[in-house]
Amino acid sequence: MTNIREIHGLAALDQMFASARAQGRAAFLPYFPIGYPTYQASLDAVEAMVDAGADGFEIGIPFSDPIADGPTIQAATQVALENGTTVRQCLDAVRALRAKGISQPMLMMGYANPLVAYGTDRFVRDARAAGADGLIVPDLPPEEAGMFAQSCAREGLALVFFLAPTSNDRRIEMAAKHATGFIYVVSLTGITGERAQLPVYLTDFIARLRSRTDKPLVLGFGISRPEHARQVSDLMDGFIVGSALVRAGGEGVAAVRELAGSLRGAL
Amino acid sequence: MTELYIRTDLTDLPDARGYFGEFGGRFVPETIIPALDELEGAYADAIADPSFHDELAHLQRTYTGRPTPVSYARRLSERLGGAQIYLKREDLAHTGAHKINNALGQGLLAKRMGKRRIIAETGAGQHGVGTATAMALLGLECHVYMGTVDIKRQRPNVFRMKLLGAEVIPVTSGSRTLKDAINEAMRDWVTNVETTFYLLGSALGPHPYPMMVRDFQSVIGAEAREQVQEMTGQLPEACIACVGGGSNAIGMFHAFRDDEGTELIGVEAGGHGIESREHAARFADLDISRPGILHGTRSYVMQDDDGQIMETHSISAGLDYPSVGPEHAHLRQMERAFYTMATDEEALEAFQVLSVTEGIIPALESSHALAEAIKRAPTMPRDSVLLVNLSGRGDKDLDTVIGVLGS
Repeated sequence: MTNIREIHGLAALDQMFASARAQGRAAFLPYFPIGYPTYQASLDAVEAMVDAGADGFEIGIPFSDPIADGPTIQAATQVALENGTTVRQCLDAVRALRAKGISQPMLMMGYANPLVAYGTDRFVRDARAAGADGLIVPDLPPEEAGMFAQSCAREGLALVFFLAPTSNDRRIEMAAKHATGFIYVVSLTGITGERAQLPVYLTDFIARLRSRTDKPLVLGFGISRPEHARQVSDLMDGFIVGSALVRAGGEGVAAVRELAGSLRGAL
Repeated sequence: MTELYIRTDLTDLPDARGYFGEFGGRFVPETIIPALDELEGAYADAIADPSFHDELAHLQRTYTGRPTPVSYARRLSERLGGAQIYLKREDLAHTGAHKINNALGQGLLAKRMGKRRIIAETGAGQHGVGTATAMALLGLECHVYMGTVDIKRQRPNVFRMKLLGAEVIPVTSGSRTLKDAINEAMRDWVTNVETTFYLLGSALGPHPYPMMVRDFQSVIGAEAREQVQEMTGQLPEACIACVGGGSNAIGMFHAFRDDEGTELIGVEAGGHGIESREHAARFADLDISRPGILHGTRSYVMQDDDGQIMETHSISAGLDYPSVGPEHAHLRQMERAFYTMATDEEALEAFQVLSVTEGIIPALESSHALAEAIKRAPTMPRDSVLLVNLSGRGDKDLDTVIGVLGS
C-alpha cells in the first residue's frame, strides 16, 4: 500500500490544530474503542465520524480494569474483550483505516499494563508503523513515563499527559514541560461519562492553564452534546467525546454518524 | 523521650518516588496525584508528631486490645514432631483480624486531614469490618465497596459492616471480587477526591499506600519479635505469613528484616493447584504472572499474553487478588523473603488441625500460613522456633467450610 499521508506524528497534530484554528473553531477528536460492538463495526464507526467531519481520533485499546472510565466505556470495552480484541488488533485497525485513505491524526489510547505487556518500545514502533500519531495512557503520569517518552520521542509520536482541576502549579508545569502534541485537560474531577452540563469553573480553569503553557489544550470527560461542543469551541484547541459516541455505537453506525455530525456541526 | 509507636527508619524503602527497587510507583490518573501528594505530606507530618503516635498507641491498647499475645502451640508442635510453633494472635485483635491496625492508623490520619468521608474496598470483608469499626469509633462517614461474589460468600461480614453504620456498595463489574472493588473505590476517589479519604486495606496501590499500610501493620512484627524472644530466649528460625495483597505479612516481616538468621516465608493461595490455573499464586506461576501494572503500582500481576488481568481463585476471599504488594516483589527479588503456596485443600486441612489441637479456629487466609508451618515443622530440629502470623479468626469462614466439608 502507498502511504497517502505526507506528515505524521507531532507534525500531523500541529497541522490539525492549525487548520481548525484557521476556521475559528476547536478540533473535534472522538474516542472509539476497537472491538465494540464488533471489530468491523468499530472501524465503520470511525469511518462514519470521518464523513461527519472529525478532525482526529483516539483509538481505544480495551483493558480489563479501566479505573478512569465510567459505566458506558467500561461496558463497551468489556464487550470488546469478550470479542477477543487484542492490542495487535487495535494496531491492525489503524493500519486498515489508513489503507482506506483516512488521513486524520490517530492516537492510541489505552491503560499501561497491556502496552507494557506488549513491550513499551515495540508498541511505540509498531504504532508508528501502523500509522498512529501519538499515545494517551490515562494511568501514566509524567514521572512514570520515562520508557514511553524515550520511544515516542525517537519515533516522533506525541505522548499526551493529563491535567485536572485538582492539578496545582507544579503539576501544570510538569505536564507543560513533558507533554508532546497536546495536553489532555480533564474537565472535572471524575471518570468518563456523559453529563448534562459543563462545569462552571471551566473558563477560569482554562485561563489558569493558558497562563502557564502554550501547548494545545484539549478538553475531555463529560462532553456529549452539541451545546457543549459550541461552548468549548472558543475556549479550547480541541475536545474529545467518548461515552456519548460509544453509546451511539451500540445503537449502530447511523447513530454514530448522526451524533458526530451534530457535534461537528455545532462548531 | 517516649518511644514512637510506629517505628520508622528513614533509610527504609521505598525511595522518594515510592519504589522498592523496581517495584511500586504511582500509576494513577492525574486527577488523584495531588491527593496522593497531600496524603504523603500529611502522613510524614503525622509520624513526625509524637501526639499522633500517642493517640494511636492509646487506641491500640484500650480499644484494639494490643499487644496481642503470642501463643505457644504445644499440641500442634508435639504432633508435628519438629520445630516449636508459636502463633502471633492477630485473631484476638478487636474485629478478629489484623486489618484494624491499619484502619485505625489511616482513620486517625483522615481525621487529622479534616476528611470526613471515608471510602474503602473489601474482599473477605475483614478490611471492610475493620474500617467500619474504626469509622464508628472516630465518627466518620464510611462507604465500603465490595464485589457481589464476595458479598455472597461473606454474608456475616456484610451484616456486621451495616450494623456498624457503614454503607456497603455492591460492585457488579468485572469478576465482582476484590480487584473490581478496588477499581470502583478508585473511581469514587477520582470523583470525590477533594472531600474523600481512600482507606486502602492492603500494602498495595500507589505510593504512599504500600509504605503507610506496612508502617501501620509493623506493630505485629515489632511485638512478636519481643514476645518470642521473651518466651524462648531466641529469634525464630522462620516467620510465616499468608500473602494476598500482603499487609499482614509485611507487618510481620518488617521487624525481622535485619535478622539474617530468620527466614521470611510468604504463603500465597494455591487454589486448586498451579496446573489448574485456578489460583492466586503470583510468585509461583510465572507463565501467567509477571511484572506489570495494576491499581497504581508496579508488581507481579497475573495476566494473559495481552496484558489483561486474569481472574483468580482461592477458597479464601482475602487472598483472591491477581497482584501482590510491591515490597513483597522486591523482597523476593532480593532473596530476603521466600514465597511458596498452599492449596485450598491444604488450607482446609490446616484449618481443622489447628481447631482440634489448639482450640483456635483460624481464618482461611491464615490457614495458608499454617499449612506451610505444618509442612515445614517436621523437617526442622526440635529446638528451633517457627513463628506463624495468625492474621485472623475463622468464624467468618464457617459458611464456606460447611459448604465444602458438610456440617
